[in-house]
Amino acid sequence: MSTLLVVFAKEILDNFRDRRTLVSALVMGPLFGPMLFAFVISLSIERSLSDADRPLELAVIGAERAPNLVRYLGSRNLEVVAGPADREAAIAAVDNGSLDVVVVIPEEFPAQLADGIPARVEVISDQANTQAERDARRARGALEEYALEIAAIRLVARGVSPLVIRAINVDDVDVSTPSGRSAILLGMMSYFFIFALLMGGMYLAIDTTAGERERGSLEPLLALPVTRDQLMLGKIAAACLFMALSLMLSLCSFYVALKFMPFEQLGMTPNFSPLVVVCAFLILIPFALLGASIMTLVASFTKSYKEAQTWLSIVLIAPTLPILIVSILTLRPQLAFMFVPSLSQHLLLVDMVKNEPVNLLHVAISVTSTLAIGALLTWICARLYRREGLLG
Amino acid sequence: MIVVNDIHKAFGAVRALRGVSFDAPDGKITGLLGPNGAGKSTTLRVLYTVLKPDAGTARIDGVDVVADSLGARQRIGALPHGAGLYPHLTARENIAYYARLCGLDKNCIEAKVAGIIELLEIQDFADRRTKGFSQGQRTKVALARALVHDPQNIILDEPTNGLDVMATRSLRHLILKLRSAGRCVLFSSHVMQEVAALCDDIVIIAAGKVAMSASAEGIRNQTGCDDLEDAFVHAIKLVEAE
Repeated sequence: MSTLLVVFAKEILDNFRDRRTLVSALVMGPLFGPMLFAFVISLSIERSLSDADRPLELAVIGAERAPNLVRYLGSRNLEVVAGPADREAAIAAVDNGSLDVVVVIPEEFPAQLADGIPARVEVISDQANTQAERDARRARGALEEYALEIAAIRLVARGVSPLVIRAINVDDVDVSTPSGRSAILLGMMSYFFIFALLMGGMYLAIDTTAGERERGSLEPLLALPVTRDQLMLGKIAAACLFMALSLMLSLCSFYVALKFMPFEQLGMTPNFSPLVVVCAFLILIPFALLGASIMTLVASFTKSYKEAQTWLSIVLIAPTLPILIVSILTLRPQLAFMFVPSLSQHLLLVDMVKNEPVNLLHVAISVTSTLAIGALLTWICARLYRREGLLG
Repeated sequence: MIVVNDIHKAFGAVRALRGVSFDAPDGKITGLLGPNGAGKSTTLRVLYTVLKPDAGTARIDGVDVVADSLGARQRIGALPHGAGLYPHLTARENIAYYARLCGLDKNCIEAKVAGIIELLEIQDFADRRTKGFSQGQRTKVALARALVHDPQNIILDEPTNGLDVMATRSLRHLILKLRSAGRCVLFSSHVMQEVAALCDDIVIIAAGKVAMSASAEGIRNQTGCDDLEDAFVHAIKLVEAE
């Protein structure tokens, strides 16, 4: 036991002095992930929020022929500006991208409108350009609403209720709760935490075998009067500590980052209170033993530091697989999933963020199965550490 | 006291050791001499228990290296070939780490480490991180680390490799000091002159076998060569002719 502690203490000291480990454990995982996540989310929120209200300059050819339409568009935040000289110029401008959308009001428009025959209006846009198409859709929508308004006025003028052209009234009823909606966006964050956790212990796991070997410090270490199991366990324990640290920092940075995101405006209220942060930590932390042992295991088969890094980057991605499969197949959480590490943590985390009651049986299964697999892998690591071939 | 009795070791099809036997008594310096690839390192690795022999026995102060490898390691201070240090720790911390791992008493570790630093004359760089140390500095720290628990038996695998004249000299002095303290020193080398100058007993090893085992004088007599180098070549040819 004391040997284990000596190794543990040395690894902590050693790695706290190693800039590479520190950056990956305390900066890369915890900060980079949530920051990127926050950036992407707030960008997409900004965009979807602003779209409807953002004043849009709309190029219109022949605006003078339809002053009422122009006024209506103005009331919909579509500011009409003079378009290109003619229709051909407009098509060319849209084609080369200098304009996103051009509305053409033909000469006969006022006459057709007055005669009560469908008045032709052209909307020129590039439907392959999704960004431009969003603006075109707004223009089209506004034009259709204007048409409906005129139709209603005409019906009233003929003594008919405008309701006759509303045969059906469609109402969307959304059963998702605000917290539930945010779960879709926040679903991917559980992977960020697992990623941060693994990053935190990666260099320590490599160091246990490939690193020590490459430095030439493994052989004298093994020649000391200590058992290899203790060396191994001490190193895995140190990796777990770094993983815990990394996870804690990443949860905290997420907590802070979420405060700056305009979720309320989207009708979302992710439940990421300090209590949830603590619970998330407790649910995710059993993954540390599994992560440390599997990375040590993979690294022990490699010949060099470089090779270990290559293989471990695959280990970093592996935990996404079960999450991805379940999300793609949109499977409901069920008991069997709780036996799968990374997936069980993900599902429990999503439940908490959605503010739904967390099934304690599920928590118990998730924790014990993850720890059991971690312990098994640690045992295999210890077996491998006893091999002669370890020296390479 | 190290007693090696008919050790065999094969790595796949390569038979690295084909029956190595010799004694390395206390208070003497025993040199393991042989060309590259003769099996010197493999023999030493068996002795400090990172390799298991396929057959034969080896005892350190009477403790079998296979049956009680932990007990054997307790009686050994080993300096493997090209031993590396922890670059983020200072020389002193590197040594203290091994002292702790060897289970030295907490209260005496500091004094012990200071003592070994003085013995090896590495005070000047003892509190610097070992990153960027010269080969000589590194070897000295690695040696200090191996000796910190006062082992009776000292195994050095090509310790003078890559050392300059001054560093080799001070290493030689240290080895002589250890001998006068009654320790058993076993070291390997492929440099003849070094072994001849320092060793009480020489074990010439070639192609995984002991070609000859005697004092420098004895080897000259046995081979009938006046020059030790000629004797060395002669002994090796005998084995390879078999």
